[in-house]
Amino acid sequence: MNNLVVLPMVIPVLAGILFVFFRYQITLQRWISFIVMVGNIGIAAYLLYLNQIEGIQRIDFSGWKPPFGISFVADSFSLILVLITSLVAAICLVYAFSSIGEEREKMYFYSFVNFLVAGVNGSFLTGDLFNLYVCFEIMLLASYVLIALGGEKAQLRESIKYVLINVLSSWFFLVAIAYLYGSVGTLSMAHISERIAEVGQTPLLTVISIVFLTVFALKAGLLLYFWLPGSYSIAPTAVAALFGALLTKVGIYAMFRVFTLFFYHDHSITHTFITVLAALTLIGGSIGAVAYKDIRLIVTYNVVIAVGFILVGLAVATPEALEGSIYYLMHDMIVKALLFLIAGTMIAVTGTTRIDEMSGLIRNYPLLGWMFFIVMLSLAGIPPLSGFIGKVLVGQGAIEAESYILLALAFISSIFVLYSLLRVFLQCFWGETIISSEDEVPMKKGWIIPCAILTIATIVLGLGAEIIFPYVSDAANTLLNPSDYIDAVLTQD
Amino acid sequence: MKTNNVILRAVVKLVVYIILTLAVYLFLAGHHSPGGGFIGGLVLAAALVLLFVSFDIETVRSAIPFDFKKVAALGAFTSVMTGFGSLLFGQPFLSQTFAYFDLPFFGKTELTTVTIFEAGVALVVVGVVVTIILSIVEDV
Repeated sequence: MNNLVVLPMVIPVLAGILFVFFRYQITLQRWISFIVMVGNIGIAAYLLYLNQIEGIQRIDFSGWKPPFGISFVADSFSLILVLITSLVAAICLVYAFSSIGEEREKMYFYSFVNFLVAGVNGSFLTGDLFNLYVCFEIMLLASYVLIALGGEKAQLRESIKYVLINVLSSWFFLVAIAYLYGSVGTLSMAHISERIAEVGQTPLLTVISIVFLTVFALKAGLLLYFWLPGSYSIAPTAVAALFGALLTKVGIYAMFRVFTLFFYHDHSITHTFITVLAALTLIGGSIGAVAYKDIRLIVTYNVVIAVGFILVGLAVATPEALEGSIYYLMHDMIVKALLFLIAGTMIAVTGTTRIDEMSGLIRNYPLLGWMFFIVMLSLAGIPPLSGFIGKVLVGQGAIEAESYILLALAFISSIFVLYSLLRVFLQCFWGETIISSEDEVPMKKGWIIPCAILTIATIVLGLGAEIIFPYVSDAANTLLNPSDYIDAVLTQD
Repeated sequence: MKTNNVILRAVVKLVVYIILTLAVYLFLAGHHSPGGGFIGGLVLAAALVLLFVSFDIETVRSAIPFDFKKVAALGAFTSVMTGFGSLLFGQPFLSQTFAYFDLPFFGKTELTTVTIFEAGVALVVVGVVVTIILSIVEDV
């Protein structure tokens, strides 16, 4: 029992509730939100450290032992994601301070950011399948509000699609849970895994696993990403960065959990499906990324490519590939937040979203230009930066598993990422300067500092790979040995 | 158009008390039998909605001058804090306890901490339901 495990979810909830009483004290809300996120970084880091010494941490709510009660289970994989989530959320909040506007702030903006983070952290930590659904819903409800807040025409148009598609996929999720509960008679994840291992993965269970795959593919934007570019591109910059960095990652996390803990017995069917989906996502995302001239769409299609790439690791499922995926997941959360923030800042200073209407920005805003350059190299996987290690490990895993087509697609997609962003860089930052120094929109400190912190984070994540590696390898190890997870949950202490 | 709703108002004035009593009964019954904070809260909200329907919003607002968003927040805050209470005693989050007390008039009574949690739930339900109804009304 360790009560700390519940805090990354409960503290944001509490903060979100408190803000209802202090609706007009914006400064207070800003500070509390920021402190909550930084506090969560500390808690997650401490738990991660504890995890290496004492093994997987868990908390049974009200003392009801699993499989009867609901538990939160914190293994290295969950904790790494909670840690990065808190970091990204803290930085997006700093960006929101100077960009979101007082009107939204007074309409409970910070409450809903806190609820969103609570839902994301809850999804990562929960050890109960139905609770996973509940945490998904908390996250989605908060995201519905954040995407529609402000009430602009485009926002309302896209939010209707977003809400509809998510309500539908949540319903599928519920159906899948009902099927699984009907088949194995339990909801505790560890217990489900144990029971499926006992009876073997029957064809019925494989079918259920495909329903789960559909649900999470919709949430993560794996092939079923048709809703994603529209809804992610119309939200305000800070919100779009949160969405791009966090929301699809929760779907990816759920997919990793379900297909390494429950349905890992019949690779020839389930993992073939994932392989095909990942390949098609890489192709579709790459085409989308080079097809548009709207910078917001280019950036959102980059999210889609990353989803495909991370799922390549799950599809081949060798230890190296999983380590690579986890590493790439960390990298992608940080870098996608950065990419969205930089793109949003570019739109804010030029007042246009089309790349052919921007030119020569590097003379006006040199720091922004160089950070865009770094993020581009990082996403493409150039060595000292964080994208490199993930790509190498996933590639190594794909070679071991002899899935050369997937390997080729994964690396060709990297070239497309590089091309799509290089195009933005050449078009927007190079060339003739069209903004004269008198018309120049002054760069706010609140815009450039969050970007700078994230840029440093991607460099540190790349250079410090050696220090981070034990945690990543422990996370991959737990994913590959479900018995570790099961033992940690079902042993009574 | 002014409709004559004397009968409705006269009946509602009486019925509201019955509904409120039922709400309290359901709330307290919830500990051992069907009922509880959610259901009690819904019935309580039904009484309020009935008042809003039969009298106009301004009259009821002046009689019950609460911001229902804050009522919901207060309820949620109470419920979450009972979870934190168990942390002080080194118990798992959300642990509840109970004891028997000899109270005057009631005799031997079971008092539980889960009642506080449930009271929070009831407040959330009342706050949320009334807020939804009122915002729909304001839209029309």
